[in-house]
Amino acid sequence: MGWTLLILLVVLTVVHGNPAVTVRTGSGPTVGFDQHPNSVPLGEGTQTTTEGESKVVEEVMTTGVLNPSHYPARRAATVVQHYLNTRYGSPYRWIFLSTVHSGSAEDVAETGRKYQLELTMQEIISNVSGQCSAELFFLGGEGQSAPQVQASCEGLLQSNTTAQEEAFYQQHRASNNLVSGNNIPDSYGHMEPSMKPFWQLGGVASSFIMLRESNESTLYNMAQVANFTQLVSSKEETEKDQLRFNYHVLLHEMISQEITHWKLLVTWSPEQGVKVLQTELQPKCHHCEAPPNTTN
Amino acid sequence: MCVSMYSAVWSREETTERNYYTRYHNMSEITAWMEQMKRENPDVVSSMVYGQTYERRNITLLKIGLSSTGRKKAIWMDCGIHAREWIAPAFCQYFVREILRTYKTDTKVNEMMKNLDFYITPVLNVDGYIYSWHNESTRLWRKSRSPGTGGCTCYGTDINRNFYANWGMVGVSTDCCSQTYCGTKALSESEARAVTDMLGKMREDILAFLTIHSYGQLLLVPYGHPNISAPNYDELMEVGLAAATAIKAVHGMDYTVGTSPDVLYANSGSSRDFARLIGIPLSFTFELRDKGEHGFELPEDQIQPTCEEAYAGAHHIITYAHDKAFYSYAATVTATLWTTLLAAWVSSAILLTIICLYKKVK
Repeated sequence: MGWTLLILLVVLTVVHGNPAVTVRTGSGPTVGFDQHPNSVPLGEGTQTTTEGESKVVEEVMTTGVLNPSHYPARRAATVVQHYLNTRYGSPYRWIFLSTVHSGSAEDVAETGRKYQLELTMQEIISNVSGQCSAELFFLGGEGQSAPQVQASCEGLLQSNTTAQEEAFYQQHRASNNLVSGNNIPDSYGHMEPSMKPFWQLGGVASSFIMLRESNESTLYNMAQVANFTQLVSSKEETEKDQLRFNYHVLLHEMISQEITHWKLLVTWSPEQGVKVLQTELQPKCHHCEAPPNTTN
Repeated sequence: MCVSMYSAVWSREETTERNYYTRYHNMSEITAWMEQMKRENPDVVSSMVYGQTYERRNITLLKIGLSSTGRKKAIWMDCGIHAREWIAPAFCQYFVREILRTYKTDTKVNEMMKNLDFYITPVLNVDGYIYSWHNESTRLWRKSRSPGTGGCTCYGTDINRNFYANWGMVGVSTDCCSQTYCGTKALSESEARAVTDMLGKMREDILAFLTIHSYGQLLLVPYGHPNISAPNYDELMEVGLAAATAIKAVHGMDYTVGTSPDVLYANSGSSRDFARLIGIPLSFTFELRDKGEHGFELPEDQIQPTCEEAYAGAHHIITYAHDKAFYSYAATVTATLWTTLLAAWVSSAILLTIICLYKKVK
């Protein structure tokens, strides 16, 4: 009988616990102000500036191994995305960053910063993904200089776009039916299927601008093709086989949240790829912001 | 006559059709929808006007929960603080519909509706949202619609840089034409004041604060200032990462979790930071789809999958917050009971052993 009791005692000790959620130390909602030394009490730290310019926070640049989910690697990876589109993009080939696997950054004495990245990129029309290794160099110092990019990818350009590109090219080569469009996508994210390749072409063409304008403090995407117009093909010997377009695009820069308007002169053919001949930043229309005279 | 009868029937039934929640809706449609939610669910849904916009429009929330006699804990969700992020109000509508659709049959949702009230603001920046619907050229408006001051002719302040949370320190502009203009001073915007006043009144009761934005596929935890950590950073990350796992399980989409300065950019004066600073333990910013292909102009055929995955993420955070508040007490009680029982067993077992041994010796 005594042994039974002893065994019971052991069993109970082992089984001791509770069926509900584990009680966490310090659990329960925090009420009232935090006394943590890191929390900034309200009322402190108001910033005063006299000039009307954007404040630039002195970012401490990460060096060494980069965290793939942190912004330095992601911004650099997006620059690689823009670069790949300038090299390989077309109305039927548009590449986007899928995943950052690893990366590192280092200062290059007095001149700038160099990044090395391992990425997965995805061609979003055919849904084909590929692994890429890339190196970027951001020039430091005064003045805006385009980053220099080198990248090699495996498997990314697998999809056979030849037939679609050729058909699209032939369809629009005849000058008697010049195509145009606007608001692609529209406010609801819609676009006519026939406009889709022009949206994709606009995205690729925008990559030339986005690549050139990028630095370690920017993250660009094309927000919309405001409008595009097909032009009669140039009579120039070198250009007469190219489709030609005027594009007006809206670019979104994530860190400043600004929308910038750009006009581009774009040419394309299956052989020559996408070329951007001219770009022009459009001035912001401040007086356009006044309330419309309608009630809602 | 037939046509007008048909259209009257159509509009009455429109919001019960499944495809209502797969389209974007303008402000008058959302206002009508809020009225309909109250009408159809009078015992669980009420509304509250808790402020005015610059253009004097009402800022309205829906309060959803099973009525009780005592004071209840709360979950706060707001959408549309930035006008162009149309997927956010769409998500708030979806969330409301989902909890109303499931609370009678889903035991967990039912339990949470009993213990909590959900305070949901489908559109916070009403002026900006209406302006973004005006025409194609206004679609990408972000800020409030208050006019610039001091000779600056541009409009609007970034409401999510205007809260009293390290206001004006980092990730803001003092140029009133800028998209991140933080205002002439903290809480210069009536929209920010409205939220501040509500949170101030309710702060002891709010278990979780969720503010919904787009785009980027991120879950952001406080704080927006790179040198300041939330005291429960580890908990926020743990809950956030679990929420991201729940999101990914729905349609395979990756959402990155971290503080804003780590994964996106530094910023100050955000509503999320303010909520955390006044003591709301679980404060998250959701940045919904996509990652830049369409950006703010997310196609309507992505509304449903986006809302489904975001709902899974929000549900995880809310369930965690709820269980932490309501099960911790029970767990303490149960643990005490077990300990008492065990102590009783131990003492009686020792006593009986001693008696047995004594008897044996005797």
